[in-house]
Amino acid sequence: MTGTTSRLVLPRYLREEDGHRTPVASDGYRSTALRAPLRTPVDLPHRLTEVTGPVLGEDRVTPGDADLTLRAGGEAQGQRIIVFGRVLDSGGRPVPGALLEIWQANAAGRYRHVVDNWPAPLDPHFDGLGRVVTDSLGRYEFTTIKPGAYPWGNHHNAWRPAHIHFSLFGQAFTQRLVTQMYFPDDPLFGQDPIFNAIPPAARHRAVAGFDLGRTQPDWALAFEWDIVLRGTDQTPFETDDDGDVA
Amino acid sequence: MGFEHDSPLVRDADETNERRPGTPRRGTGFLDEPPTLRTTPSATVGPYLAIGLTWPDGADAVAPGTAGEVWLRGTVRDGNGDVVPDAVVETWQADPDGRFAHPGDPRGSASTPGFRGFGRSATPGGEFAVRTLKPGPVPDGEGGLQAPHVDVSVFARGLLDRVVTRIYFADEAEANAADPVLSALPEDRRRTLVARRTEDGYRLDINLQGDAETVFFAV
Repeated sequence: MTGTTSRLVLPRYLREEDGHRTPVASDGYRSTALRAPLRTPVDLPHRLTEVTGPVLGEDRVTPGDADLTLRAGGEAQGQRIIVFGRVLDSGGRPVPGALLEIWQANAAGRYRHVVDNWPAPLDPHFDGLGRVVTDSLGRYEFTTIKPGAYPWGNHHNAWRPAHIHFSLFGQAFTQRLVTQMYFPDDPLFGQDPIFNAIPPAARHRAVAGFDLGRTQPDWALAFEWDIVLRGTDQTPFETDDDGDVA
Repeated sequence: MGFEHDSPLVRDADETNERRPGTPRRGTGFLDEPPTLRTTPSATVGPYLAIGLTWPDGADAVAPGTAGEVWLRGTVRDGNGDVVPDAVVETWQADPDGRFAHPGDPRGSASTPGFRGFGRSATPGGEFAVRTLKPGPVPDGEGGLQAPHVDVSVFARGLLDRVVTRIYFADEAEANAADPVLSALPEDRRRTLVARRTEDGYRLDINLQGDAETVFFAV
């Protein structure tokens, strides 16, 4: 902070290629028809508003938020699992201090929500909400139960594959991500328009891997899922012929 | 521009290339490496988003009772003109000095007490409401200023990715006319981004489709 001239050199967050990102609309998913915008979005260059973002950390998380199996004074029904992984950016760098919020159906495939009224049982000891903040290496871990599949009205005999909703804040507005994690080899993938809205080349990145090594013997199975947020341009400033900052 | 700063987003001509822990990254010295990982694909929040995305203080981009607080309100509508009662609207903005509550702000993080700059509102009856302060103008990074604005994300069942828009303010006509984002839009499309003054703040409806479809941005 000497007398040198400061420049507003902002990182540029790289945009994923179309063949690797989920489009906002998909024909098979009926709800998109009246909701997904029809006009082409306008490019918004990244300026200060886009390269900053809310700082949300431990103050949004209370003890116990990372364990969904112990709620309201009892144990949730179902297959106990550990879901863990790292939050990285597309440059492979860990994203520490990132807030993750998850929500999911219970073991029977029922959400604790007023509009979910299909005839599967609610679990008094499962509310389906978890929160955690990534550690200094970008790692996260939840203990939960494996969610069940459930029917929905999108088409005849439509069933959602088992999934967990994930919401992430990185360090910039541009990195915000809401997505769903699936379980390996789910036989319901083929008929699910939400899973299949993901371009084929990217679908595997929405599916967790089973990790026997991280299971807890006599206690819980384990699934690993790394989440990759948009990273920044590696050359956020230009140099002139002498190698000086332009 | 000679900012007094300790920001990772600003580089002095003789600055080293080290990253400060816990801050957004800038150049790390690996200047020629391409990104090595593909990003995780987005998915819809679905109909049960309220389980995971509800905070008691979600609407409070600024603490209740802060001098100058205003409510940003609007109705989200679909292509039939029907209200969207199951969306979540998130807002991100600078404080009245044009500073962000973020360590990367080159002029120092926002210093307005109780200012978070981030709001999250469900849309019961289609309507979102965020308690905030009207932002100040924000540098555009090229020596000019952007008009006061709020970045907005809309999440809902039926949207496989968030959609992003901005809110500007009708009582900033001069700044709006000079704003690089707003002025690049056709005249008849700009109005979809400009909130009007109300008794307790500002209002701007968000139309996901239709003749008055809001301008959405690719970020």
